[in-house]
Amino acid sequence: MKIRSNKGLRRGAAALTGALALGLALSACSSAGGGAETGNADDIAKALDTETTLTVWAWAPAVEQIAKDFEKEHPKVTVNVVNAGTGNDQYVKLQNAIKAGSGAPDVAQIEYYALPQFALSDSLVDLKDFGFDSFADEYTDSTWNSVSLDGGVYALPQDSGPMALFYNKAVFDQYGIAVPTTWDEYVAAAKQLHAADPTKYITNDTGDAGFTTSMIWQAGGQPYKTENSTDVSIDLQDEGSKKFADTWNQLVEGDLVSPISSWSDEWYKGLADGSIATLTIGAWMPGNLESGVADAAGDWRVAPMPTWEPGVAASAENGGGGDAIMKQSKNKLAAAGFLQYMNEGEGTQTSIDAGGFPSTVADLNSDEFLNYESDYFGGQKINQVLVQSSKDVVKGWQYLPFQVYSNSIFNDTVGKAYSSKSDLNAGLEAWQKATADYGNEQGFTVKAGS
Amino acid sequence: MTQATVTAPSAAASARGTRSTSRATRHTRSLGGRGVHQRRSILLTIVMSVMVVYALFPLFWLFVSSTKTQSELLSSFGLWFSGDFSLFDNIAQTLSYGNGEFVRWFGNTLLYVVVGAGGATLLAALGGYGLAKFNFPGKKGVFAVVLGAVAIPGTALAVPTFLMFSQLGLTNTPWSIILPSLISPFGLYLIWTYALDAVPTEVLEAARMDGAGEMRTFFTISLRLLTPGIVTVLLFTVVATWNNYFLPLIMLSEPTWYPLTVGLNQWNAQSQTVGGDAIYNLVVTGSLLTIVPIIVAFLFLQKYWQSGLSAGSVKA
Repeated sequence: MKIRSNKGLRRGAAALTGALALGLALSACSSAGGGAETGNADDIAKALDTETTLTVWAWAPAVEQIAKDFEKEHPKVTVNVVNAGTGNDQYVKLQNAIKAGSGAPDVAQIEYYALPQFALSDSLVDLKDFGFDSFADEYTDSTWNSVSLDGGVYALPQDSGPMALFYNKAVFDQYGIAVPTTWDEYVAAAKQLHAADPTKYITNDTGDAGFTTSMIWQAGGQPYKTENSTDVSIDLQDEGSKKFADTWNQLVEGDLVSPISSWSDEWYKGLADGSIATLTIGAWMPGNLESGVADAAGDWRVAPMPTWEPGVAASAENGGGGDAIMKQSKNKLAAAGFLQYMNEGEGTQTSIDAGGFPSTVADLNSDEFLNYESDYFGGQKINQVLVQSSKDVVKGWQYLPFQVYSNSIFNDTVGKAYSSKSDLNAGLEAWQKATADYGNEQGFTVKAGS
Repeated sequence: MTQATVTAPSAAASARGTRSTSRATRHTRSLGGRGVHQRRSILLTIVMSVMVVYALFPLFWLFVSSTKTQSELLSSFGLWFSGDFSLFDNIAQTLSYGNGEFVRWFGNTLLYVVVGAGGATLLAALGGYGLAKFNFPGKKGVFAVVLGAVAIPGTALAVPTFLMFSQLGLTNTPWSIILPSLISPFGLYLIWTYALDAVPTEVLEAARMDGAGEMRTFFTISLRLLTPGIVTVLLFTVVATWNNYFLPLIMLSEPTWYPLTVGLNQWNAQSQTVGGDAIYNLVVTGSLLTIVPIIVAFLFLQKYWQSGLSAGSVKA
C-alpha cells in the first residue's frame, strides 16, 4: 500500500513538472511576436488569404453574425467570437490579460468611455499603421473624435449614442403636459406630473456615471483633460458641471425622480406602466424598448434632448463604442481586415439591423434610414430626430484615461448625494477627489479642481 | 484490532450521551426563573418567525416570478401569481436557450463542485487529521500559516492567482477553477479541532499495537469517527464552490467553461446591450434551478451539519 501511494505521488509530481514545462513553453511562445505590424490594403488582403484564426471579444449580438458573413467571404480565416462579459466585466479581463502579457484576444469591443484607458496605456494598435486614418470622413465627428486619442486612431467606431428625449406620450397626453424643450421646462414638467399622480415620475435616477458625464458634456462642461498621456486635470465644478448639478438638484432634492436603477427589472416595469415617463438616453434605446417593453408599443415618442439655452440645439453622446486591435495580437493584419469589414464595410448594415445606431455618415443619411417609420413609436420617423442629434453633439469632450475605475466609484460618492437627496455638487467634488487620488496612485499626475 | 473498532463507536456514543446530558442540564437551569421561560419563548418565536419570513421571502419571490412570462414579469404585481402558469415553459426555454448553454454551465458547476469541493474536503480531512494526531517539528509554523490563510479572503487572491496561472497557461481551463478550490484552510482547521476530540489517541494506539498501518487506521477507523466533521466541511466547500463567482469571472473568458453564477449574470447583462434580448424570465427560472441542488444537499445533510456545528460549541 505504501509503495503504491508513493508511485502515485511520483506520477503526480511528473505531471506537475510537465504542466510547468508546458507553461514555460507557452509563455516563451507568447513573447516571440509574430506577423507584420503594419501594412497597406494589399498586405491585409494577403493576410486574409492565409489560414488564420482570430479571436474577437464582443458582447454585441450582431458581431456573431458579422463573423459568419466574414468567414464566408474569407474562407481561410476563422473568427471565434467570445462573449467575455458585458462592459466592465470584459474590461477587467482585458486588463488582467494585458498585465499577464498573454491571453488577450486579437480584436476587442471597447466602449468610447473606456477607450482612453486601453489606448493611452499602450495596449492597442494605432490603426494609422494600416492607413485607417483615411476613414475619418466616413464617421460622425463625435465618434471619430472619441477614437482619436493622443495623435493616433485606436478603434473603428461601431455604434453611437447621440442623446434624445424618449417620452411616454400616453402619460404626457393624459395629464396635458407639454413636451419640454429646455431643462427648466423639464423640471416644471416633473413637478406637474408628480403632483398630478404621485406614483408617476418624470424619470428614474439613482446615480449613473455614464448619464452624468453625458449631461455635463451637453451642458458644455469639459471636466477631464489629458495631455502627454499622463498629465490629467479634473474639474467637476466647471461651468457645465455646475449647470447640470444645480438643475438636477431640483429633481433629486425635490424627490421628483423615481428611485429605481436603470436596467433593473423594475426599470423595465416602470417604462411599461408609465411610472417612468421619460428617458434622456442614447439613440440605441429604441431596440431595447421594443424588446424589453413590448407591451408599451405605441406609447413612446422621441423628441430632441432638452437644451440649456432655449433654441440652441445641443446634444451629447451616451454609450456606444468601437472595436480595437490588441497589441498582443499575432494576427494584426488579418485583425485589421476583420475590423474594416465589421465597422467600415458590410458589417455596419448587420449592426444596424440588430438594433445598433450607426456612426457611419453614409448610413445615417441614407433615405431608407431617415424615412424609416417605427411602428413601436406610433409611426414616427424617429431617425430624423436621432440623426439630427448626432450632428448637434457638443465638441471638445474627453474621457479620463482611468474612466472605468472612476465610473465604478461613482456610487460611493455622487451616489450618496442621490440617496440622501442632498447637493450633487458636494457629491461631484467627492467623486473628483477619489478619482484624482486613484490617478495619482496609478502614476498619473492629476490636477484636481480649477 | 477488533476490540478497538468495537470500542470506538461506543466511546463516541457515550461521548454523545454526555454531551446531550450536559445540554439538558443547561436547559433545565434556564427554566429556573419564574415565568421567564414562557415570556422568552414567545419573544423567541416571534424573532424566529421574522427570521423564517426573512429567509423564505426571496425564495417565494423567486418561485412566483419563475412562473411568469417575460411580459407578465414586468407588468404584474411581483409577489403573487399572474397570467398563465408558465413555469414549465420557462424551464424548457432555460434549458434550450443559446444552444443549451445553461445545461453546459450546470455540468461545469457540477464538475467544479465534485472535483473541487470533494478534493478540498479530502485534503482537509487528511491534513487536519495529520495535524491533530501526529507530532512533528514545525507544527506551530503550520498552525500559524493555516490560521493566516483563513484570514485572507479568496477574492483578494483571485487576480494574483490569475497572473500566476496565466504564466502556467492554465487560465481559461477548468483547472483554473478546480485548483484554487482544492484549498480550504478553514476546512483544514475545522477537521483539525474536530479530530482532536473525536478520534481518541488511545484508539489509534490500540490499532497500531494490533499492527494496522497508518493508512489502514485512517481509512477504517479515523475516517468513520470524523464523518460528522467531514460532512460539515463538505457542505461548506460545496456551497462555496457552487456560489463561487469572482474567481471564474476573472479566470474564464470562454462561456463554454462558465459555471452557473457567471453564466446567469451574463444572461442578465444581455438586457443592457444594444440589440440584446431581455430574458429576465429565464434568468429568474435559471436561478431557481440553480438553488435546487443546494437546497437538496442541505435537507439531506442537515443532521450532520447540526452535529458539526455543535461540535465546536462543546469544545468551547
